[in-house]
Amino acid sequence: MTILRAKGYDWRSTAFHAVTLAATALIVLAVIVIIGDIVWHGAKQVSWHFVTGGTKEGMFDAKTAGVFPMIFGTLALVLLMTVGVVPVGVITAVYLTEYAKSLSPITRIIRSAINNLAGVPSIVFGLFGLGFFVQFVGGGLDQMFYGGELHYRKPALIWAAATMAIMTLPVVIVATEEALRAVPNGLREASLALGATKLKTIWKIVLPEALPGVLTGAILAVGRGAGEVAPIMFTGAAYYLAHLPTNWTDQFMHLGYHVFVLSTQSPDIERTKPILYGSVLVLLLVTFLLNLTGVLVRAKIRSRLRHG
Amino acid sequence: MNERLTTDTVVLPKAQRRRTPRRRWAEWLVERGIFLVSLSTILMVFLIFAFVAREALPVILRKTNNARSATPVTAAQVSTMPPEQLATYLGVTIADLKKYNAETVKALVELKAEELSQNVSADSRVNTTSWGWMLRARQWVGYDKPEYIWQPVSEIPKYNIIPLFIGSLKATLIALIFSVPLGVGAAIYVSQLAKPKIREVIKPVIELLSGIPSVVLGFFALLVLASILQGMFHYSSRLNALVAGVALGLTVIPVIFTISEDALSTVPSGYGQAALALGAAPWQVAWQIVLPAALPGVFAACVLGFGRAIGETMIVLMASGNASIMSGSIFDSCRTITATIAAELAEVVFGGNHYRILFLLGALLFAVTFVTNLVGDVVVHRLKRKLEGAR
Repeated sequence: MTILRAKGYDWRSTAFHAVTLAATALIVLAVIVIIGDIVWHGAKQVSWHFVTGGTKEGMFDAKTAGVFPMIFGTLALVLLMTVGVVPVGVITAVYLTEYAKSLSPITRIIRSAINNLAGVPSIVFGLFGLGFFVQFVGGGLDQMFYGGELHYRKPALIWAAATMAIMTLPVVIVATEEALRAVPNGLREASLALGATKLKTIWKIVLPEALPGVLTGAILAVGRGAGEVAPIMFTGAAYYLAHLPTNWTDQFMHLGYHVFVLSTQSPDIERTKPILYGSVLVLLLVTFLLNLTGVLVRAKIRSRLRHG
Repeated sequence: MNERLTTDTVVLPKAQRRRTPRRRWAEWLVERGIFLVSLSTILMVFLIFAFVAREALPVILRKTNNARSATPVTAAQVSTMPPEQLATYLGVTIADLKKYNAETVKALVELKAEELSQNVSADSRVNTTSWGWMLRARQWVGYDKPEYIWQPVSEIPKYNIIPLFIGSLKATLIALIFSVPLGVGAAIYVSQLAKPKIREVIKPVIELLSGIPSVVLGFFALLVLASILQGMFHYSSRLNALVAGVALGLTVIPVIFTISEDALSTVPSGYGQAALALGAAPWQVAWQIVLPAALPGVFAACVLGFGRAIGETMIVLMASGNASIMSGSIFDSCRTITATIAAELAEVVFGGNHYRILFLLGALLFAVTFVTNLVGDVVVHRLKRKLEGAR
């Protein structure tokens, strides 16, 4: 290796800077173009009426169509999902940070299972949801409580939420773990020194201290859950419903699935374009606001971890 | 638990003394519970594979057979046949068969024989759900050379999965060709050359990109990107592997960037400082010192990016055109494994051959991403340990 700096101008240095800067600039540009295009076209469609209106006059009519049923369905889905995923995720994170020995084989297996779960393709979650929740669990419930009558063995809000909960589990675990590690060890030691048991220390000292981070995990999971479509295609989302879901065994409409349906099944794409852009903008706003909150809280925790 | 011992040796009032062991017992139980819950992630990964593979099991074990191999039964044979066998042959229930008189049965047998004689083509005698015909090319009736065909809804369903694998690989490779240079280039710039202020701006932008739902990127590719690329290259099929690949690249960039940047930042600063002291320019430090040291991390980033791209569904479903043709051209439409599952699962018969083969595709996809995740994970882990040990 020859490391001899040429005196004066070095074109290779300029070229290297230029190439890497260009790569960075191109990515930033792509993000600006995509978001700019959606905001530019979508802003014309999004109004109070669009956000609160239903699809009574038909879902392809740009003047009257609204996305309220889809927003409702998406929120119901992520709410149920959060109820399922947060306790499991937080408990796992507590085990990993407070109890697990970092070099024991079981800890490493759990960690690689989390990484693996994060990498499973979303469509495989859809297949799993259909095979496990709808067929196996749903079918089992029907056999046990309804004598085989069809109640649970069909796509439903609860099954979509359960599938989504498993998919977002790694997000919650990783965020919570980060937050737990940011709690200064001195606090734990002080609590133990005063005679509190380990469990009491975790419950009364560590978890309250880490609460913002735990919330971040939940928020990031919700952001992810609101945008994914593939896992819910077979487990609960519906193409079109005249009524809002009233029960967790009902199907539901979903913003992301609605975008998919509008852009691939529309009889006249030019006419439905405004609704499509409007729906995409609403979806982006929902996921971005959630993600932004999550990222900001997380950045705060990270800086505390670095300086504290 | 030393602090506990001292409490026990001190003489305590009776009530308090009795509470302590019970507390411990309850806490022990809760702590066991925490451990068991944390095992659930392992259980999930196992369940996912088990239940996806379960639905595909009959196909994997060659238990399915859709070949129409029945030979016509003559009137003389009918009288010696057991009723169950005759009922299956005629496609009626035994109860129905018993109601028919001899005349009706004879008519049915003749009808069936006629039907079988009409439908005899070489293709109908083939079990298209066998591993052989799912993987090998076959010269189907009406074709002039052996071909790989995925055509699950037709007179004779054809389940050759090779075109789908080609489609997935094509879109994935285009995505990687496009995203690896961009992602790694940006990671080098951000971690080695940029001022901290620029870093603070670019990182959130990349996080923003990774936060865009894939259905939105698919929509963008379908409506905007497809038109732009068609204007640039003037090809005939508007939706094709190139459009899908470029859009896929957008979802892969955050993966590649984040992991590469992480690996580049883990390289101990002493490496770079030593080189700088010897007179190297900052770009030489980045290119000749830091990048080689972090290379396994960059490799892991590519592997994980591959896993991410091959498993992506909505983008390819919306932007690839979904025609299952065997073609090497990037300007031709392609059909990926994920898009096939997403598009066809809603319309199949539960438990039928088509349904099972779609689950088989899902199981194969799971296996592929399992391996890529494992490889990426191990490489990153080893690199971190090595570099942190060197610090």
